[in-house]
Parts: sequence; structure tokens; C-alpha cells
Amino acid sequence: MFEILKTREPIRFMRHAKAASVFSLVLIALCFYSLFTKGLNWGLDFTGGTVVEVEFSQSVDLDEVRQQLDTAGLAGATVQNFGTSRDVLIRLAPHADGDVQQQGDGVLVAVQQANNPAEMKRLEFVGPAIGKELAEQGGLAILAALLCIMAYVGLRFEWRLASGAVMSLAHDVIITLGVFSWIQIEVDLTIVAALLTVIGYSLNDTIVVFDRVRESFRRVRTVSTVQVFNEAITDTLSRTLITSFTTLVVVVALFLKGGVLIHGFATALLLGIGFGTYSSIYIASAWAMMLGVKREHMLPPQIEKEGADQDPLV
Amino acid sequence: MLNRYPLWKYLMVIFVVAISFLYAAPNLFGEDPALQVSGTRGTQVTSEILVKTQQRLAAADIEIKSAALEDNQLLVRFRDTDDQLKGKELIAELLGDNYITALNLAPATPHWLQTIGAGPLKLGLDLRGGVHFLMEVDMDEALNRVQEQRIQDFRTDLREKRLRYSGVLSKDDGTLVVFRDADTRNQSLSYLRDRYPGLVFSERDSGDNFGLFATMSEQRLKEVKEYALQQNITIIRNRVNELGVAEPLVQRQGADRIVVQLPGIQDTARAKEILGATATLEFRLIDEKADLAAADAGRVPANSELMRDRNNRPVVLQKRVILTGEHIVDSSASMDEFSRPQVNISLDAPGGSRMADFTKDNVGRSMATVFTEYKTGDEKNEDGSSQLYKQQEVINIATIQSRLGRSFRITGIDSMAEAQNLSLLLRAGALIAPIQIVEERTIGPSLGKQNIENGIMAMLYGMLAVVIFMAIYYRKFGLVANVALFANLVIIIGVMSMVPGATMTLPGIAGIVLTIGMSVDANVLIFERIREELRDGRGVQQAIHVGYDKALGTIADSNITTLITAIILFAIGTGPIKGFAITLIIGILASMFTAIVGTRAIVNLLWGGKRLSKLSI
Repeated sequence: MFEILKTREPIRFMRHAKAASVFSLVLIALCFYSLFTKGLNWGLDFTGGTVVEVEFSQSVDLDEVRQQLDTAGLAGATVQNFGTSRDVLIRLAPHADGDVQQQGDGVLVAVQQANNPAEMKRLEFVGPAIGKELAEQGGLAILAALLCIMAYVGLRFEWRLASGAVMSLAHDVIITLGVFSWIQIEVDLTIVAALLTVIGYSLNDTIVVFDRVRESFRRVRTVSTVQVFNEAITDTLSRTLITSFTTLVVVVALFLKGGVLIHGFATALLLGIGFGTYSSIYIASAWAMMLGVKREHMLPPQIEKEGADQDPLV
Repeated sequence: MLNRYPLWKYLMVIFVVAISFLYAAPNLFGEDPALQVSGTRGTQVTSEILVKTQQRLAAADIEIKSAALEDNQLLVRFRDTDDQLKGKELIAELLGDNYITALNLAPATPHWLQTIGAGPLKLGLDLRGGVHFLMEVDMDEALNRVQEQRIQDFRTDLREKRLRYSGVLSKDDGTLVVFRDADTRNQSLSYLRDRYPGLVFSERDSGDNFGLFATMSEQRLKEVKEYALQQNITIIRNRVNELGVAEPLVQRQGADRIVVQLPGIQDTARAKEILGATATLEFRLIDEKADLAAADAGRVPANSELMRDRNNRPVVLQKRVILTGEHIVDSSASMDEFSRPQVNISLDAPGGSRMADFTKDNVGRSMATVFTEYKTGDEKNEDGSSQLYKQQEVINIATIQSRLGRSFRITGIDSMAEAQNLSLLLRAGALIAPIQIVEERTIGPSLGKQNIENGIMAMLYGMLAVVIFMAIYYRKFGLVANVALFANLVIIIGVMSMVPGATMTLPGIAGIVLTIGMSVDANVLIFERIREELRDGRGVQQAIHVGYDKALGTIADSNITTLITAIILFAIGTGPIKGFAITLIIGILASMFTAIVGTRAIVNLLWGGKRLSKLSI
């Protein structure tokens, strides 16, 4: 049998619970520091404005493009390469007045070069009001997800475990956003989707551990809470690592092969899944233990497994 | 006997996978370059048109794959894009202005698959290239116009009733009418209250002025906004049809927004020009003295001009306009007492009085309704885009039977469809709330192709890595999980192709890739459990049975939570985010099915109920 873990003894994870908590707190403090000082690099979806992606037939000098835009009266545009030296991304802030759409149409005309024609690949314009709405929607989605999960886990398991789960999710989201702010990756709508996926994924891990915890509590009557957690985490560790591994593999494939447009999305998932694995082992469990989860909390009959009284499905 | 499935369970698994495969199959056949011909404004595409088209193409030696009529549209498939472009020019020229010819890529799904309603995945704009607009209706302006209109109406009504007022004005979201004495105010109040059920009236006195104040009821306010939105959607639909785009989408979003998607169009400036242009409507008298033949040859009387009706027959009209469309408040199609179709028109107060003044001297004469709109022609601008030109058409000629007032009807219309069409056009010419583009996204076709390639590459690499890992780590059981993984992919694509309105986007592909990574999770849970049971010294059959059993609750719990987040994404997100959420939802459900029921079926078939001492896991 090919196995990652051959241990028959539970690993004493919870010995490091304190250290892990300190590590996480420091990390979260750093993330908040970065979020407050540097802020997030909000993408077009949230700020409004115009983005034009053009492809030149040969490599192009960005300064030259900036000059051309200045001459055309489109000053204040950010110009950067996008993927290759022939692809250029031009971003214009929303105009306070006048016809914002004219901007995008004017850009392509402005950047044409005599011996290096440019072709428009993508033009996106978002009105300033829309940006605000999208930002609200995104924040709302993340909050709603956290609340629903809290309710569901609270019903299925127990409130202490539920708050532990939600803490670990918030932890993952904050760290992912913190890193985004640190390296100034653009945050657009796909990032919101990625964060929600991270929430779903990281929770997946947490639930698998909690499921074991509940089972052990019911089966064994003489061990301490800490030991129960250690056993549960050890028993599920190989599964946790394998699933994280396969998921990370596909996300890396997305990152490397998926093209520039989903780079941010893949980055958010990489971070989220990496930290999600760690947090479902330490943060969720440690937090639930700190809230004083005990065997008695797991015993009420209403938390019988769903369908336990029916014939198995399969 | 442990681990034996009844026959129906095997059949169910096979059935689900087979059906999914059938519906996923059209995605393997690619697309034909095609030409889509549809009629403008209710013009029917008949088999006569089909025959004409076929003859014209045959005469020009252009070979076609097929030509068929489908729901009032003609679809001609070509062998390659060169033929398609040549064909379009010929057909557009042949059929003239009453038909729209649009280039299209028609799915080359074989007929037997089409009969079960299978078709390929719809690709989102980010994979196909095209333009997406989000437009917002200026509701404040719409309400202002209604308000202006009401002031006019009140004045006319009170004057007719000989009720003297000293002023009518707009005031905080309502209309204030000021009177000199309480008695007149009270009479006016009871009169107007009966006349305008959609308004809420109250008294407002200040000093020796007696006033009545009217605002719209909540209900009426909703109606006005809804009407403004619906009207804009109708007009934009007509415009989009003019653009000759295959498979456009015009859809409302929320209370005051409209989404327009035009796949495959590059020239956004032109699209905006056309969507933003306004149609106008005029009523004019027919110049009965004019000699039609002479006019047709170019000799038109000084104060008249030559126009054509919808069947291209010449009509000579007086240049003087009786009334323009902006005075039309509403129009609807209905049946008269003899069950003949008719169109009812309501005018605003100034329009009504002008119509009344004019028609009382012209009973018995013919009045024409002229519809003007902007279309793209064959003329090209310097930058190669088609020029817009004004097209005027006589859409209806009616005899004035009696003096007309603020509401009148046009009878003598051929069919109900025609009546509905006319009333729609009349409404389109009416005043509408201005509209503004608040979001625009254009994706070039090259980028679309690139996005598809990227997505598929990422999917292949990710899948390959996962499949190899599973095969090594879980040996034969790993192979079983891999079969489930492929089945999972087939089910996702099959269901996505089946669900109407589901479009595949780049984030959608990312969702599939992610599902692949996560879908082995259920199998990993099960297999780890089986290994554990084996380590604890259970028999092989027991281990399989207990392993599946114990993992079930965990799988359900962990997937339901992911499902919750996916559903929230679906509910709150728009566009690409929705696409991602749909694939995630379908992916989760499919992976649960394949991992729990699918692999169990294979495992039971291969190992179930046999006396084994070892398991390849």
C-alpha cells in the first residue's frame, strides 16, 4: 500500500496550537497593516473607468505609447504590458464629466503607430456608480456566505465548532486579501468569486476534521478533548493533504496555462487553499477548543447523522 | 451478500452518463459558417424567399451545405467563410431592405441529435468575442416628462370644465393647482379625482390661496417606471435586429437596467450609434392631386414629397406635418366590435387639440403614418464602417372618418399581427426616457479564441496530473476514481448544454478545472476510510461497505457547504460570476453522484460479493 502517512500514533498537533495562534495573529496584524496603509488595488469593476487592451504587431515602447496618449489629450492613463511585450493595457480613470465612452474609442486611434499597427483586443468601460454597486454586492456575498455557513454548521454540529469554522474562514479571506494588498494585485469581480470558492473549499477541510471529532467523541469516552482533536486531525491528515495536493495541482495548471485574465483568480485560490489547509487544522480546531468544546456537547440525539435511521443509499 | 447493487442501480448510472454524453456530444461537431435571414418588423420569411435564395446562389456557383426555414428565419449553411461572405452580399442585394441578413456560425449538430433538443454549449462573450452593454434608463427624466404631461392635462381639463385656476406648477414630486376660492378648488378636486384614479390628491392652502396637490400613487409610479423600461427594451430589440447580429441578447436587469449582448460584433461605435438613434413618427396628409406616375419618375409637386410604403409602392405626401410622434402617449392593438383588428392611440393634450383642429376640416381625406429610423446602408464611411442613413417609410394609410380627439383608432388593418406591430411602432416613436450606457465590455475574437485555448489547456494539464496521481496512489481503485472523473466532466458539459440560458465563460472553465481538483476529494475520503477499515483488520467486503457508509455523511456535509457558497454566488453575481457559479453547482452535484453512486457501482461490479483476501487500493 502506497501511503503518505504510516503513523499509527496520533500526531500531537494541538501542542502547537498556541504557537500557531500567535503566528496567525501576527500574520493577520501584518495583513491589516498592509490593508490600511497600502490598501487594495481595486480593479476596473470597482473603480469605474476604462480599460483598453491592444495588441501591437511588434514589441512596443511604453513611453512612446504614453506620449501618444498625452498628445491625444488622454493624459493620466496608466500604461503597462500585459502578458507579452506586444500586448499593452491602458487604463483611464473615469471622467467626472462628458462622455466617458468616447475615451475608449479614442484610445485605439491615439496609439496607432506608423510601422506598428495596433489592434483592439478588449475594451471595458464601467460607470462609476456601477463600480460602487459591484463592490457592495461582492462584500455582501462574502458576508452572506459566512453567515449561512455559520448557521448550517451550527445546526449540524455545534455553535462552538461553527464559530471555529467561521473564524478559520475569515482568517483565510483576510490573509488572501492581505497578500493581495501587499503585492498590489488587482482586485476585480473574479477575485470575489475566488474568495468565495476559498471559503467553500477551506470549509470542506474543516468539516471533514469536525466530522471525525464528533465521531471520536461519541465512540471513545475516556480521552481528553485535546487527544480527540489530535486523533481526528491525524486520521484525516492524509486525506486533507491529498485533496489539497490535487486541488493545488489544478490551480497551478490554471495559473500557468490559463492566461493572463485568470492570473489573479488563480493566485487568490493558491493562497486561499494553502492557508485553508493550515487553518482548518489549527485555527478552526484551536478556536473550538478555546471555546471549551466538550464531549457532552456532541451527544444530544438531534445531531444523529442524517438518514442514520434509513437504509443506506448505496 | 455485501456490496451487490440491484440491476436498476447499474442501469441508472449508465443512463445518467449516457444521456449526459448524448447532450455533450454536439460540442464535438464544430460549426458551419452560415447566413441567417430574418424579416424586419414582422415581415414573414416564406418558402418563396428560400427558393429565391437557393436559385441566386446556384446561379453564382456558390455551393451550399443546406438551406432551411426555422421559426420564421432562413438559415443557409456554407462550406467555408469565403462562400459565406460572397453569399451574404448576393442575398442582401437580392432581398432588399425588408430582410436582415446576418453572418452566423451555426452549430453543425447532426439532425438526429437536434431532434432530442441537443445543441452545443453557448459560449459567453469572453470566449466568442463581442460587445456587452449595460444601459440605464434615466427614470428621473421619465418621471419629469410624465409630470410635464400632467400639468398640460390638468390645464386642459379644468378649462374644459370652466373651472378657473390661477396657476398649475410642479412642486416636490407632484403637481400643485392654485385657486382663488375654496369652492372651485373642491369642485376641481372631486372632478380630477374621478378622472385620474392613479393619482393621490390632497388639499394645500396657504394664506388666501386654495390649492390642490396631486402625486402619483406607489402603484402608478411603479407602472410608469416599468413602462419606460419595457418601451426601451422594445425599441432596443428593434434596433439590435437592424444591426444584423446573429443571436443578440436584450434582457432587463433589475428595475431600470437593460443588458445588451452582441456576439461577434467589432464596431462598437456603430452599435452605439444605432442603439442610441431615435425613431420618429409623423402623421401627414396624402397629396391626392399628385400624379403618381410622374412623381415616380421624379416630378413631385413643390409642397409634397415621394415616399414608399412597406410594399414599395410610391405614395405622395404633403410636406406639412400634422403631428409628430412625441405627442403619442400610448397605443395598443385590440379588436373592434366586428372582431377586426384595430390600433388605439392616445395623444397628450396639445397633440389632441392639434389633431382635433386639423381633422375637423379634413374628414374623408387620407392620412398617412410615416416611420423614420436610422439604418446602416451599403455606403461606407472613411474608416470602413457603414454609414447611417435616414429611412422613411409609410407604415399605414387611413381615411379620416370623423373629427378626432385625444384618443382615436386606426381601423382597416389586415391582421392582428400587423396591428400589434403598428402599435409597437407608434409607441416606439413616442417620447421615451433617455438611456445611458453605464458599462461596456468589448472582447475581440482573437482574445476569445485565446481564452478558450488557455482554458482547455489548463483543464487538460490539471486533469492529467490528477489522473496520474490517483492511479499511482490508489492503484485499481484510483483507476475507478478516474473513470468517475471523466464521467463527471461529461455530465458537467452535458448538463450545461442541456440547461437553456447557461453560457460557458472563462470563469466557468475555471470552475470546471477547480471541480476536477475537488471532485476526487469524495473518492479520497472513501478510499482512505476503506484503507483504515482494512488496517483495523476487517474483511475486504466489510471494509468496502463500512468505508462507503462512513464517508457518506462527511461527503454530504462538506459538499453542502460548498454548494451554499456557490448558490450565494449565483444569486448575487452577474455575468461571468454567474457562469462560474453555475458550473460550480453542477460540478458539485455531478461529483457527488459519480463519486458516491458511480464508483460504488464499478467497485461492486468488480469486487463486490467475491471472496477476496486483498484489495488493490
